[in-house]
Amino acid sequence: MWAEITVSAAKVAVIAGTVLTLVAVMEWVERRGAAFIQDRLGPNRVGPFGLFQPIVDAVKLLFKEDLTPANVSRGLYLLAPMISVSVALLTFIVIPFGAGKDVTVFGVPLGGVEVAPDLGVGVLFLLAIGSLGVYGIVLAGWSSNNKYSLLGGLRSSAQLISYELSMTLAVLGVLLATGSLRLDDVVARQGGQFWFGVVPQWNVVPQIVGCIVFVVAVFAETNRLPFDLAEAETELVAGYHVEYSSMKFAAFLMSEYMNMVTASALIVTLFFGGWTFPGMSRFSGWPLLALSLVAFGIKLAFFLWLFVWVRWSLPRFRYDQLMRLGWKGLLPLATLNLVWVGVAMAMGWIR
Amino acid sequence: MDNREQTVAAIRSVFPEGEGVAEIPGGEMPAFRVDRGALPALARHLKNDPALDFKLLLDVCGVDYPGRDERFEVVYHAASLERGQRIRLKVPVPEGDPVVPSLFGVWRAADWFEREAFDMFGIRFEGHPNLKRILCHQAFQGHALRKDYDPGQRWLLRETEQDDMPAWAKERPEDADHFETQVLNLGPSHPATHGTLRTVVRLDGEIITKAEVEIGYLHRCFEKMAESHTWNQVIPYTDRLNYCSAMMNGVGYALAVEKMLGVPAPPRAQTIRLILSELSRIMDHIVDIGANLNDLGAMTPFLYMYEAREEIYSLLEACCGSRLTMSYVRIGGLSHDVPHDFAESVRYLLKRIPTLIADMETLITENRIFRDRTEGIGRLSAEDAVDWGWTGPCLRACGVAYDVRKAYPYLGYETYDFKVPVSHGGDTYARYLVRVEEIKQSLALVEQALGRLAPGPIIVDDHNVALPPKEKVYTEMESLIWHFKLIMEGMKVPAGEAYGFSEGANGELGYYIVSDGGGKPYRIKVRPPCFAIFQAYPHMLEGATVSDAVAMLGSFNVIAGELDR
Repeated sequence: MWAEITVSAAKVAVIAGTVLTLVAVMEWVERRGAAFIQDRLGPNRVGPFGLFQPIVDAVKLLFKEDLTPANVSRGLYLLAPMISVSVALLTFIVIPFGAGKDVTVFGVPLGGVEVAPDLGVGVLFLLAIGSLGVYGIVLAGWSSNNKYSLLGGLRSSAQLISYELSMTLAVLGVLLATGSLRLDDVVARQGGQFWFGVVPQWNVVPQIVGCIVFVVAVFAETNRLPFDLAEAETELVAGYHVEYSSMKFAAFLMSEYMNMVTASALIVTLFFGGWTFPGMSRFSGWPLLALSLVAFGIKLAFFLWLFVWVRWSLPRFRYDQLMRLGWKGLLPLATLNLVWVGVAMAMGWIR
Repeated sequence: MDNREQTVAAIRSVFPEGEGVAEIPGGEMPAFRVDRGALPALARHLKNDPALDFKLLLDVCGVDYPGRDERFEVVYHAASLERGQRIRLKVPVPEGDPVVPSLFGVWRAADWFEREAFDMFGIRFEGHPNLKRILCHQAFQGHALRKDYDPGQRWLLRETEQDDMPAWAKERPEDADHFETQVLNLGPSHPATHGTLRTVVRLDGEIITKAEVEIGYLHRCFEKMAESHTWNQVIPYTDRLNYCSAMMNGVGYALAVEKMLGVPAPPRAQTIRLILSELSRIMDHIVDIGANLNDLGAMTPFLYMYEAREEIYSLLEACCGSRLTMSYVRIGGLSHDVPHDFAESVRYLLKRIPTLIADMETLITENRIFRDRTEGIGRLSAEDAVDWGWTGPCLRACGVAYDVRKAYPYLGYETYDFKVPVSHGGDTYARYLVRVEEIKQSLALVEQALGRLAPGPIIVDDHNVALPPKEKVYTEMESLIWHFKLIMEGMKVPAGEAYGFSEGANGELGYYIVSDGGGKPYRIKVRPPCFAIFQAYPHMLEGATVSDAVAMLGSFNVIAGELDR
C-alpha cells in the first residue's frame, strides 16, 4: 500500500509541477511571442534568451507591498484569488497527459499519466469545477469596492453564461460519439484507426463545427483577447483585479495561465486525439509512454501558441457583441453539431 | 462683384449703416464692429442667409485693450465652406458691464470658446447653458489674460473648493422603474485618455446616460507667456501645442507672422517645411490610429505604427537635433539647412512607411471585430459636424471635403497633385479610413516635394527678421548691431491683426495675432482644432457604452497639449 501511495504522490507531484512550470514558461512565451509578432525584442536580459524572466517577475511580485484598500469586503477580497487558483489547479486532474496503462513502477501499476485516472464523471467534473472559476472574478470585482472592478465582474458573469452553454453542447457531441464521460475513453476511441488509411480518426474531422465552437468558447472561458472584457485594460483600467497587488494579483495571473494550459489540453484531448499518435501500435510500455508524452506536448504547444497568437492579432469585442456571438452564433452551431453527430451515428456514418 | 463685396452687400441689405454694424475697412477678410445688441440677429443672419452661408464658426476669443473706453473686444471668426469666404466680427465690451449675448443658440461651436473667453477675461456670455471656467480651476481667482493680471500671485486652494463634480452627478435620480445608476469618472488618469482629460459619466449598466467633460489639466498659459516673449521665442511653445506633429504648429505660426510682416520664406525653406509638415501629419495620424487601435485591444498594429513614427523622428533629429519638440522653424525660414543625406533618408522613409501601413491594414481594415466596434459608433452628420466647428480629418469623415491645403493653399500646395480623401460614414470607422488615406496622400506629397528641393537660402535675407550670419556678426559693425537689436528687442512686426491658418493634423489650426508694433506679440490666440471637436464628445456619448466612449475618444485625436494650451 505504501508503495502505491508513494508512486501516486510522485505522479501527482510531477504532473502538478509540470503544469506550474508551464505557467512560468508560458509567461516567457507570451512576452517573447508578443515581441516577435510586434517586431520587438522582448525581455532578453535575464538568462539565455531571457528564459529566467518569469523567475525575476515572480520574485518581484512576491516582494511587492501587499495592499488591501480601505472599505473592501475583506473576507471575499481575500477569498477571490484563492478561488481562482484552486479552481485552476483542480481542473487538470482528469486530463490524461500520456499513455502508461501498462507501465509498472517498482511493481506498482502507474495507471496512466493523469492525477485521477478512474474518475467516472471525468468531463462533468471538469465542466463543473471549471465554471466555478468565474466566482473568483465576480467576487473580486464586487468585493474591491471599485466601480471599474464591479463592471469587470459583471461583464465576466454575463460572458460565462453566454459561453458555458455552447461549450457544454460542443463537448456533448464528443461524449455522444464516445459513449463515455471518461477522458481516457475519449482518447482511446480516437487512437489507432484511420480513415482512408491516412486520416487519424480524431473527433475534429467529423465534428469540425463543434471543435470551432469549443475553441472559441474556451477562449472566452479563459478571459483572453478578444474576450478579455473583464480585464479590458483600456476601458476598465484593469477590470476585476484593479485593486489587487503583489501575490494576490499574481494569483489571478497564474490562474489565467493555468486555465490556458488546461484549456489547450482539453482541446487536444477532446478533438485532436489526446496523446495518441500515428504508428503508436508498434510501441508499448515505457517507449510508448515517452512518445505519447512527446505527442501530447507538441499538440499542447500548438494550442498554447494559438492563444498567444490570437491575443496579439485581434482587437477586443464589445460586451453586447460578445453576447450576440455567444447566443446567436455559437449556440445554434453547437446545437447543429450535436444533431449532426446524433444523425451520423444513427446512420452509422461514424461509429 | 467679388466674394467680399457680395458679403458686405448681403449684410448691408439687412443691417444698414448706423444700426450697430460698422464695417472695418481693409484687412485680410471682411470685418465688422458690432454692437452687443445687434450680435445675435447678425449671427443668425450670417448663418442662415444662403447668400452669406457662414455655417462654420471657427473661433471666439477676447482681447484686452486697457487704454480704450470699452476695454475688451470679443472677436469672432466664421467661415463659409461653400463660398470660400471668411468674416471677422468684433464686439466691444465695457469693463463695468462685461456681458455679451451667447451665440451657442446659433452655432453650437461657440460652447467651449465662449467659456474660454469667460475664463480668461471675465466676459459673461448671457444665455450660455453652462458658463463656467474651462481651462483654469473653478477656484482660480481673477482672469489670467487680462493685461493687469499679475502672473506671480499665489493663493491657497482649500479642500472645500476642490469638489468638481457637476451638479447632476450629485443627484440620485432613482425610481422604481430604473435600476440604480452610478457616476463614473473616466479620467483624468485613465488608460484610454491619452493626455489628462476627465469625463464624468452617469452609467445605467454600461450605457452612458449623461456625460460632461472637464479639461484644462495641461493648461500651461501658452497665450499669456507668448505676450512676454519675442516673436521668435514663441516658437518653442508652439511645439508643445500638438506635440505629435510639432513641426506643423511652428509652420502655422511662422506663416501667420510672415503674413503680417509681408516677408515670405525662401522657396527652399518652403519646400522643406512642406516635406517635414507632411511627415509630421503622417506621424500624427499614425499615433492617432495606433492609439485608437490600442484602446480597442489591438496592440500589435499600434507597435507597427510606432515603428514608422520612430523612423520619422530619426529624420527630424538629423535635421534639427531634437525629436519631439523641434523648434526648427524660424520666422522667415528655418534655423538651419537639412543634412546632406536628407533626400536619401526621406526616400528610405517613403519605402519603409507603406510596408508598415500595409501590415496594419491587413490586420485591421477588414477585421470583423474592428468594424463591429467602430461602424456606427460616434456618428455625426455633416451639418452637425460643421455646427460644432469640426475641421480636419474628422470633418472629412463626415463627408465635407474641406481642407485648408486645397481651399486656401499655402507653402505652394496648389502646385502639388494630391487628393482630399472624404468618407461619408461620419463614424469612427470613417475617421480611420480617412486618416489611412491621408497618410498615403501625404507620402505622395513628400515624394513630389522631394523632387523640387533645389539649393538656395533657407531663411530670408532681411535683417529685421532673421539673424545675420555669425561670421558677419563677428566682422561687420552693421551686422553686429542688427544681431544685438534682434536679440535684445525682437523683430518689429507692424501693428495690426491677422488670422493665419493652416491645415494641422487635426484640422484648421488658426493663430489670431494682434501686434502693437513692438518686439513682442500683443495677443496670440490659438484656435486648436481638437478643442472644437472635443466639445461635441459629451453630447455624442449619450446612449453609448463605456467601450464606445473609448473607441470614440481615440478617433478624435484629442491632444491635451493643444486642447489646454
